[in-house]
Amino acid sequence: MARKKSRGPANTDIDMTPMIDMTFQLIAFFMFVINFTEAEQDERIQLPSSQLAKPTEGTIETPITLQLTNSGLVVYAGELVKVSDLRGYLEREKTAMIDADKEPTSATVIVRADGRAKTGEVQDIIKLCQEKGFERFALRAKYDEGH
Amino acid sequence: MVKRESQLTEKIDINMTPMIDIVFQLMAFFIMSLKIVQAEGDFDVRMPLGAAAAAAPDDQLVPPVRVRLSSNPDGSLAGIKMNDSPVSDFEELRKKVINLVGNDSGPNSIADKTEVELDCDYDLRYENVVRAITSVSGKVQGGEIVELIKKIKFTPPKKIN
Repeated sequence: MARKKSRGPANTDIDMTPMIDMTFQLIAFFMFVINFTEAEQDERIQLPSSQLAKPTEGTIETPITLQLTNSGLVVYAGELVKVSDLRGYLEREKTAMIDADKEPTSATVIVRADGRAKTGEVQDIIKLCQEKGFERFALRAKYDEGH
Repeated sequence: MVKRESQLTEKIDINMTPMIDIVFQLMAFFIMSLKIVQAEGDFDVRMPLGAAAAAAPDDQLVPPVRVRLSSNPDGSLAGIKMNDSPVSDFEELRKKVINLVGNDSGPNSIADKTEVELDCDYDLRYENVVRAITSVSGKVQGGEIVELIKKIKFTPPKKIN
């Protein structure tokens, strides 16, 4: 009985050092790779791939992201809207920019269109943006090292 | 002296439990908020409204290269034409563009002044447009990108009713 008692507390003495080392390393790793920037990537959209689509350096000043799905609907600020309804939203973007003393021409419209979407719909979106005074466009594609 | 010795040999027993709790919580947070983002890039296009009319009197500009992409009813690519002559595929389109602008890609070169006008059918799948832009805007040579024509514009959309 006395023997058992003395063995009990001795056994619980595990060396925690390697585990804590590893855990801190893991935390450091995840802290480095975490990306808090709102990279608007919607899984509904399969971007076309291109070997020339090199990631953009620096940040885009006043980006407006418009994502066109395969079915011809636009993901704008997390909501699915029709292309024809986009005009009102763009008008709001424009007034917000003017209120902030910025020219609509300085904004960049990021077009993330699905590879299977119709070209005409992409052009319709571009045309709507042009009517509101936006003229910089970034056609986004997936970077592909292959073909 | 005796007292000190006994203090040194005595094992310092820190309670690790709260620290490990927090550490695991932090790890769980970082793992769960990790988002693997795929590498994406942009093709910058500058298209002010009515640019076609404004650019016309500018005789500095070499006449635009017209690339016509026609589609089948299902949206697949039916044919490519560059300045009204048929082109078999995007690789040939790139060769033709290189023939036209040469390998000089600095400022004020022919490639810098030339503009590509994409004329696409409404139903064409967008991926074909990106492939066409890839073909005309550059090539990869020995792992480096050589830029060709950077000015790209679209003809107005043709709505088929």
